[in-house]
Amino acid sequence: MRATQLDTAATLRDGLNERALVTDRRREQMLLFGLCTPAVLLILIIIFVPIGWLSWLSLFDDAGRLGWDNYARLVEQPSYIKTFKTTFQVSLVVTIVDVLLGYPLAYMLSQMPRRAAGICMIFVILPFWTSVLVRTYAWLVILQRTGLVNEWLTGLGLVAEPVQLVHSFLGVVIGMSHVLLPFLVLPLYASMRAIDRDLLRAAMNLGASPTAAFWRVFFPLSLPGLAAGVVLIFVLCLGFFVTPTLMGGGRVIMWAMRMESTVSLYANWGAASALGVVLLVVTMGCLWIFSRLFGAENLVAKGLR
Amino acid sequence: MDADPLSLDEVAVARKTVVKIRTPDDRSPPLAIRKLSKRYGNTIALHDVNLDVRPGEFITLLGPSGSGKTTLLMILAGFVRPDSGSVKVGEEEILVTPPHKRNVGMVFQNYALFPHMNVFENIAFPLRQRRFDRREIAERVHRVLEMVQLTGLAERRVDQLSGGQRQRVALARAIVFEPRILLMDEPLSALDKKLREQMQIEIRHLHERLGMTTVYVTHDQREAITMSDRIAVMNLGRIIQMDTPERLYVGPRTRFVAEFIGESNLLPIEVDEVGARFCGRILKSCEKPIKTSAKQWLVIRPEKLSLLDGNVDNSSLNVFDGTVTEIIYQGESFLCCVRLNDGNNLTIRNYSRGEMLARIPSVGQPVRLGLSPEDTTVVHEDQ
Repeated sequence: MRATQLDTAATLRDGLNERALVTDRRREQMLLFGLCTPAVLLILIIIFVPIGWLSWLSLFDDAGRLGWDNYARLVEQPSYIKTFKTTFQVSLVVTIVDVLLGYPLAYMLSQMPRRAAGICMIFVILPFWTSVLVRTYAWLVILQRTGLVNEWLTGLGLVAEPVQLVHSFLGVVIGMSHVLLPFLVLPLYASMRAIDRDLLRAAMNLGASPTAAFWRVFFPLSLPGLAAGVVLIFVLCLGFFVTPTLMGGGRVIMWAMRMESTVSLYANWGAASALGVVLLVVTMGCLWIFSRLFGAENLVAKGLR
Repeated sequence: MDADPLSLDEVAVARKTVVKIRTPDDRSPPLAIRKLSKRYGNTIALHDVNLDVRPGEFITLLGPSGSGKTTLLMILAGFVRPDSGSVKVGEEEILVTPPHKRNVGMVFQNYALFPHMNVFENIAFPLRQRRFDRREIAERVHRVLEMVQLTGLAERRVDQLSGGQRQRVALARAIVFEPRILLMDEPLSALDKKLREQMQIEIRHLHERLGMTTVYVTHDQREAITMSDRIAVMNLGRIIQMDTPERLYVGPRTRFVAEFIGESNLLPIEVDEVGARFCGRILKSCEKPIKTSAKQWLVIRPEKLSLLDGNVDNSSLNVFDGTVTEIIYQGESFLCCVRLNDGNNLTIRNYSRGEMLARIPSVGQPVRLGLSPEDTTVVHEDQ
């Protein structure tokens, strides 16, 4: 590229070099726009084309007639409503379990020296790098009727009969809570680390007991991180497939599993698409409610921003 | 349990004891620190520190970073546990009292204002922890806001305040519950110079008004001199010298204190039976210096030196001859660097007044400097 000629004999009206500077700015803008374009196009294609196609498919019934039949069935058939309820139940319980497990964990990590916290963080993230399938099967092995937990329980004489731990609501919750825990701990840890320790010192100096300092100062300041984690987990739960399928053993049917069976069992693409669209809309709705509750900017944890 | 209602006399007695806890004397009790030591691994943060703060006194811990001044403050606040020693507020040993029961106010270096509370809530925090009733809280917060000149900002969010305003809120929060002792950890270091100097005077005035026993930490010797009743100069975990600002400036005992407080020229001297010798000449001084085993130095403050006129009799002064190497003009004053004939360097400061300004020597010009005997101070090397 050739530098724009500096205009030494500028007229008074234009200001010295004004035109050259404007041209220069425009060229820079064009360059940046050009660099962004491929990525923007790619994102537009991979997000909007499939969604559009999905929505289009959902409007045709098995016979290929255009109409709202697929949606009407979701409301009319009680089994769909039950699946919908189960999905929300599981999501809610898993989120609560993860908050109860994850908050103390993140708190402990945030209070540890950075190095030690880094090492412990590996143990939180390590499972994260392992395939969901592998982790879920590991849980099956541990929790099944003849698994580790049941053998210990019966061996110790604590229970007479093996306890039903998998292929149940409990199993689904255990599996999903474990798989999703890092999604809560990571943003929460980041926001807790960002809390200045002097604030807690100040609180105690001003007469707050350690407990009061925690609830009046630390906890409110950790809420944005908690909100980010909760939203992430809840939304991921809504569409979760692998873990509930394996851990539920067909007894717990979630929304995504319903979609899969509609396609693979009945080959009804229209109905499956309708389920997909509904899930998407519900998820967006949840995100909207959360962003109204916590403020959109709080959904991305401090330190990750 | 005895359910009898208290008689009026008993109520009066109970009231009196409550009142006694909050007498003005108790609000500014003396502070006595004895043989306080703290190690972090192999580094000694504090070594056998003794310090007495009188009731209502403003004490500054002054020292470079790593001198132990902040550690000492943290021990007073209860955030750091020392290895040994004693800290008494009045008659009470507070060393094992948890921070929230110490009733010691602290202003943090970065203010540590609670970002999720507004100004009012921040200042009300210590009062709420003490279960004051609503009316009293509102009353006290507004009184203290007035005191720090922030009336009308009670509803502001903390992040809408300027640095100086945050500083005032932090100060208000630390004094609103009338703590027995006020601690300040470099509270002005984040402010620009003008504001800092203004706040120094304001804090000083506030202290005069409230009469709270105050321990202030800074590494800025000017700030320490401006604000304190007494200054404890610290280095490497020890208090080197503790005195009033005037006496510290005029009579430093060691080289470290002389160099840390104010500007100083140091000239190596030999002390024998006759007196201090500098380049063979006997130093004229008010007190005869005492020989010590450590190396000794003559401290000369730049502003105490004068440029001598050849024609005037100066037999009563200590005289130094040399050549001007540099002139540094600084507005209200100028510095003149002189290389003495024996190779030592001296800096002299003169105020830019008419006759003095006319006599600024030029670089390379030979000059004669005079030092009055009462302006000589001899210090020894630190052990």
